[in-house]
Amino acid sequence: MRFVDEYRNETDAQKLLRGIMRTVTRPWTIMEICGGQTHTLIKSGIDRLLPPEITLVHGPGCPVCVTPLELIDRAIAIARQPGVIFTSFGDMLRVPGSQTDLLRVKAQGGDVRMVYSPLDALKLARKHPDHQVVFFAVGFETTAPGNAMAVWQAKQLGLSNFSILCSHVLVPPAMEAILSSPANTVQGFLAAGHVCSVMGYWEYEPIAARYHIPVVVTGFEPLDLLQGIYMTVRALEEGRVGVENQYSRAVSREGNRSAQQLMAQVFQVSDRKWRGIGAIPQSGYSLRPEFAAFDAGQRFGVAGIVAAESPVCIAGQIMQGLKKPHDCPAFGTLCTPEHPLGAPMVSSEGACAAYYQYGRAG
Amino acid sequence: MTMGDSNAPADLLAFTCPIPISDYPTITLAHGGGGRLTQMLIEKMLVPTFANPALEALHDGAVLGLPTTTGEAQTRLAFSTDSFVVSPLFFPGGDIGSLAVHGTVNDLAMCGARPLALSAGFILEEGLAMTDLWRIVQSMGQAAQRVGVPIATGDTKVVDHGKGDGIYINTSGVGIIPANVHISPTRARPGDVVIVSGRIAVHGIAIMSVREGLEFETALESDSAPLADLVSRVLAAGSEGVHVLRDPTRGGVSSALNEIAGQARVGIRLVEASIPIDDAVRGACEILGLDPLYVANEGKCIAIVAREVAEAVLAAFREDPLGQQAAIIGEVVPEHPSKVYMRSRIGGMRVVDMLSGEQLPRIC
Repeated sequence: MRFVDEYRNETDAQKLLRGIMRTVTRPWTIMEICGGQTHTLIKSGIDRLLPPEITLVHGPGCPVCVTPLELIDRAIAIARQPGVIFTSFGDMLRVPGSQTDLLRVKAQGGDVRMVYSPLDALKLARKHPDHQVVFFAVGFETTAPGNAMAVWQAKQLGLSNFSILCSHVLVPPAMEAILSSPANTVQGFLAAGHVCSVMGYWEYEPIAARYHIPVVVTGFEPLDLLQGIYMTVRALEEGRVGVENQYSRAVSREGNRSAQQLMAQVFQVSDRKWRGIGAIPQSGYSLRPEFAAFDAGQRFGVAGIVAAESPVCIAGQIMQGLKKPHDCPAFGTLCTPEHPLGAPMVSSEGACAAYYQYGRAG
Repeated sequence: MTMGDSNAPADLLAFTCPIPISDYPTITLAHGGGGRLTQMLIEKMLVPTFANPALEALHDGAVLGLPTTTGEAQTRLAFSTDSFVVSPLFFPGGDIGSLAVHGTVNDLAMCGARPLALSAGFILEEGLAMTDLWRIVQSMGQAAQRVGVPIATGDTKVVDHGKGDGIYINTSGVGIIPANVHISPTRARPGDVVIVSGRIAVHGIAIMSVREGLEFETALESDSAPLADLVSRVLAAGSEGVHVLRDPTRGGVSSALNEIAGQARVGIRLVEASIPIDDAVRGACEILGLDPLYVANEGKCIAIVAREVAEAVLAAFREDPLGQQAAIIGEVVPEHPSKVYMRSRIGGMRVVDMLSGEQLPRIC
């Protein structure tokens, strides 16, 4: 299949692996930011093909995992209200709140629907003027343009029955939080290619310079990741810092300007709480005051709901690269996909789910 | 269990539900996904309660020996049932009627049986268009005729508007197993070869594309088809060397192979690059973030056969119109019993686990 097979063949994988092995002379710890990259690494077995000097740690780039517990509880509170059609990407439905999850709310009669795009939720709002349609707007810079577009269109259309429960987060502040932690072990980053296709990579240049690290913008196919790791190892071995772009077929330095303009029109940068990690200043998006009418948290009076995390789940440490899933005593015992204690065990981008599903027990 | 000598009713609360109610106080859709939660319902609640050897074999159908008085070899019957709740009722490549016939015919075929007769139970929703019912019944009739099996008995019930998706169909079937055929998931043994009869994941993606209104450049049609003739060919070619047959419907190839590995206590090792898959299906799976190994098939068969007959069986598959894309996709190994591993396209290894619930498309 075109555009897929080119990035998944064994001959080129072997070439890149040999390159990595020839280059590496000492231990390095590299973090892939995005949970989609974590899954590719484990699913294709790259983690076990790399030389022992290279340790991959898994980053916070799983939108499902970092969405705060209380936001799931707020979503559940809204979805239970009569007259509400609650829409979400499929991934969020299984994530445990403090009592239950959205799939079970659906099983108990709530009108919870999976959509593929926020614009599908907007269509539902036009089709059901007698219902309140709410979209669970989570994600990084990748999903933000679509969500911004949905809100912008809703305003143009004068829709009063559409709103979003917004929990957008941003990559650069999370990278800074990881790098400035005294416990940090990360020496190089594979930046998330999809985020960069929207935002470009100029934002990472000052971070790379400030913390003296290489950052390689990397794609999501097995060969992308192998090449990204190769480029990072080469930079580390040669003592180079700065941003390099492995994913040049999709990413430019400036990114997608029209998407950025739309996002700036609808969203403003604000403080955000990250599940398992805590509050990070200026690390997310919220709706600008002129779009406040589309804020589901305000509309349904759920903004006051707060919740405490499970004391057993170490998701926060895993997403900061401080621990691996199998370092958690609950992994595979108390915490399984059937009985998740935290989001990383159920998200298709969660590190715990990858380790569990693809057999990385320890 | 005895009910006691008194006339007092049995204390039902004294029997503890084997599935902790605190974990799942209600049934969720994930219990119907064909993965681990479905398995939990079957193995923890149904099988221990109905406990009997035919059920405990956990095959696609039960194998029952007819009692004989003369001491001759027993005639063995395969007996199977399946319910169909597909939405939409009509989809590219089939409809709920033909699917209901194929489903039970295939379950019997996976026991090595030629179907003898089917039953059909209809649960009709008040308001279902008579023309739709007529189309479905016509389609069932044609599908049964194609296989050469009579629909010999049936039942109809009507439920209130809003209490069904138009129509649900249950079919059951019996078939006779030839004397020299011994198909059982427990017969998979190290050295055996795993063959799949064609391109996987077509049905699930075809249904999803109509249900969710997804449009692709290529129109995808369900692979729904009766496998009785194909299985006859395979059995003729492989004879007693054919150890296991399974149709990887709900839960896909991965669930079927995990079940077999668990029941036979063997390991299974797949080679990703050898698994036949249509480009359009693969593309759809890539876009939606679904793994084709977990997507349903309705006209495919997995055969686990002795290595000596593998080439003959593969040739037999490919002679049949429904098996032209058949391929060897892996082997049974003594290592990692009860687990399925796969060699990825770039040469890494990973576990292919059973799915927990339903696959959900990812965020980005």
